[in-house]
Amino acid sequence: MLSINNLKASIEGKAILNGINLDIKPGEVHAIMGPNGAGKSTLSSVLAGRSDYEVNDGSALFMGKDLLALSPEDRAREGLFLAFQYPVEIPGVSSTNFLKTAINEKRKYLGLDPMEATDFLKFMKLKMEEMEMDKSLTSRSLNEGFSGGEKKRNEVFQMAMLEPKLCIMDETDSGLDIDALRLVSAGVNKLRTPERSFLVITHYQRLLDYIVPDFVHVLYKGRIVKSGDASLAKELEVKGYDWIKQEVESAK
Amino acid sequence: MSEPEIGIIDQVVSQEYKYGFSTDIEMETAPIGLSEDTVRFISAKKNEPEWLLEWRLKAYRNWLKMEAPTWQNFSYPKVDYQKVIFYAAPKQKITLDSLDQVDPELLKTFEKLGISLLEQKRLTGVAVDAVFDSVSIATTFKEQLKEKGVIFCAISEAVHEHPELIKKYLGSVVPATDNYYAALNSAVFSDGSFVYIPKGVRCPMELSTYFRINAENTGQFERTLIIADDESYVSYLEGCTAPMRDENQLHAAVVELVAMEKAEIKYSTVQNWYPGDKDGKGGIYNFVTKRGSCEGAFSKISWTQVETGSAITWKYPSCILKGDNSAAEFFSVAVTNNRQVADTGTKMIHIGKNTKSRIVSKGISAGFSQNSYRGLVKINKNASMARNYTQCDSMLIGDKCGAHTFPYIEVNNNTATLEHEASTSKIGEDQIFYCNQRGIALEEAISLIVNGFCKEVLNQLPMEFAVEAQKLLAVSLEGSVG
Repeated sequence: MLSINNLKASIEGKAILNGINLDIKPGEVHAIMGPNGAGKSTLSSVLAGRSDYEVNDGSALFMGKDLLALSPEDRAREGLFLAFQYPVEIPGVSSTNFLKTAINEKRKYLGLDPMEATDFLKFMKLKMEEMEMDKSLTSRSLNEGFSGGEKKRNEVFQMAMLEPKLCIMDETDSGLDIDALRLVSAGVNKLRTPERSFLVITHYQRLLDYIVPDFVHVLYKGRIVKSGDASLAKELEVKGYDWIKQEVESAK
Repeated sequence: MSEPEIGIIDQVVSQEYKYGFSTDIEMETAPIGLSEDTVRFISAKKNEPEWLLEWRLKAYRNWLKMEAPTWQNFSYPKVDYQKVIFYAAPKQKITLDSLDQVDPELLKTFEKLGISLLEQKRLTGVAVDAVFDSVSIATTFKEQLKEKGVIFCAISEAVHEHPELIKKYLGSVVPATDNYYAALNSAVFSDGSFVYIPKGVRCPMELSTYFRINAENTGQFERTLIIADDESYVSYLEGCTAPMRDENQLHAAVVELVAMEKAEIKYSTVQNWYPGDKDGKGGIYNFVTKRGSCEGAFSKISWTQVETGSAITWKYPSCILKGDNSAAEFFSVAVTNNRQVADTGTKMIHIGKNTKSRIVSKGISAGFSQNSYRGLVKINKNASMARNYTQCDSMLIGDKCGAHTFPYIEVNNNTATLEHEASTSKIGEDQIFYCNQRGIALEEAISLIVNGFCKEVLNQLPMEFAVEAQKLLAVSLEGSVG
């Protein structure tokens, strides 16, 4: 699915990622954890193609294609989805209109005819029921006036609509209370399939109580310094990040 | 002192040629320049009655004493009126055989505008024009309107057919001496639309210049007069979607609306005149005076405008709220790009009691363009309990353009309630990236965001019109265009 090899990236000349190696296979859920400033959000931004970041070295293959050579929109159309940490508001644009545009742009890219309006609405209704979304969502402007929890649920709903192959979740748990966290996680779990992969980026372990990962990686100073299974997250919960930092420093 | 002079409307004929109309068109033109003789020539061409000629001449003499206004927020080259041809009409209609004869650049523009193929043919004057001439469509509508007693014709026709109405209302809202360009228009106006809705009649369809024969051949000094008698309703759509034939022209039109007791007029404009090229060469100067008078109690006038074209747009569709309890609205979207300039807004003059007005203005600037909202809300001494709500939002795309707001407020009655909200936003890179990440590329993302920004105004446009017009063309033209 995704194969990252020695990825190095910087912003304004400052190196943030210093050689990331990561393999994600279909259906796997990988969690990236790490202290503040480790480069977690940078990794998601670089993979999604945000232009503020410069890729200095390394490669990333997505479904066999050179991900880094694709424009951000083409990465999305190929099936890469980023659930934003801070979803932006777009006043006056309804979720319906936004998603219809997004789906039809993707279809165009894949050489398919645009979805008919009625088919689209049926599809959206179905997904809304599935994801237990409030009906008012369709007519509300995108993220405008949404609470933190609503924004994150809406990200997951968009994920359901766009049916991506790989979902990157950038600190989806930030700013959520425990109820909202449960709701969002339940949504994500509904979208888990044997084909779809997830890269869950989080600072805290609690999200991983709900979205149980197959692999946990610890990012520190732009490198993955430790990998393990879900139990590694539990260990971090108890011991914090300091012991890993020490391990890294003493290994030098 | 070497202020650039531009010969506006050098030759309508050469313009036709410039846009690839290979057919030679025989034109009937007035002698170059502006004088009393020009005014007499135009009046004579239209077989006008003596009183109208006098009216024009009076306007002309006044105009001579006037100075072009200088308070606007832009500069433009001085117009040499002695190099302008004030009357030019094709002796015969322009007819091309197929779209192949039309400048492909122009067709590309149409495609971008989303104008249908049939519409394209109509706009470029291909064969369809002939169909428009060939009575069938026109009569269908005219019959239907006649049944209701609605008068909808060219103003030059109305001068002959309904002189009492013209005499009474022409210049009643925009006096011939109102301003420099209105005076000029009054002296030399070529043609335009006339609408009269009788008492108690709800006009059964959207009226539009589209439905009128030869509408696009009316000159650059259009004059429109709409009168809605007591308890009547009319919705009028002015579509200026033809970017050709108009390069370097001054459009100084005048529109007057009169709404009697409990009458309602909805006037919508979609203006897409040629804006000039990306360096600001060419394009229309759209200096228009539009004003409506809510004459009667409980009357209502609503202006909706979508201004996307012209090198310079300079207009303030306004309302005089005379009747007690009358209401007025102004919904505007002005988009400027490249070197375009828009200085537009409205004036709401509250005279009657309990009058209310609402202003929603959305300005979008991109490129090196300048976009100004300029509005006046005036509450007169006797306009007790008057209300106004103004909202003007600006959106900037890029960092080389400008957005300006000039709201003027004059309140002479302390029972009035005025609210003003203004905002300026930029299309953020975050918004664009968000769209990109969902598979929506830059251009589509901007269009999505801008459309969202203007939604309130766009919702005011009569949709039925677009549907009606499409159906009309499709059905009526079936088989007639290869």
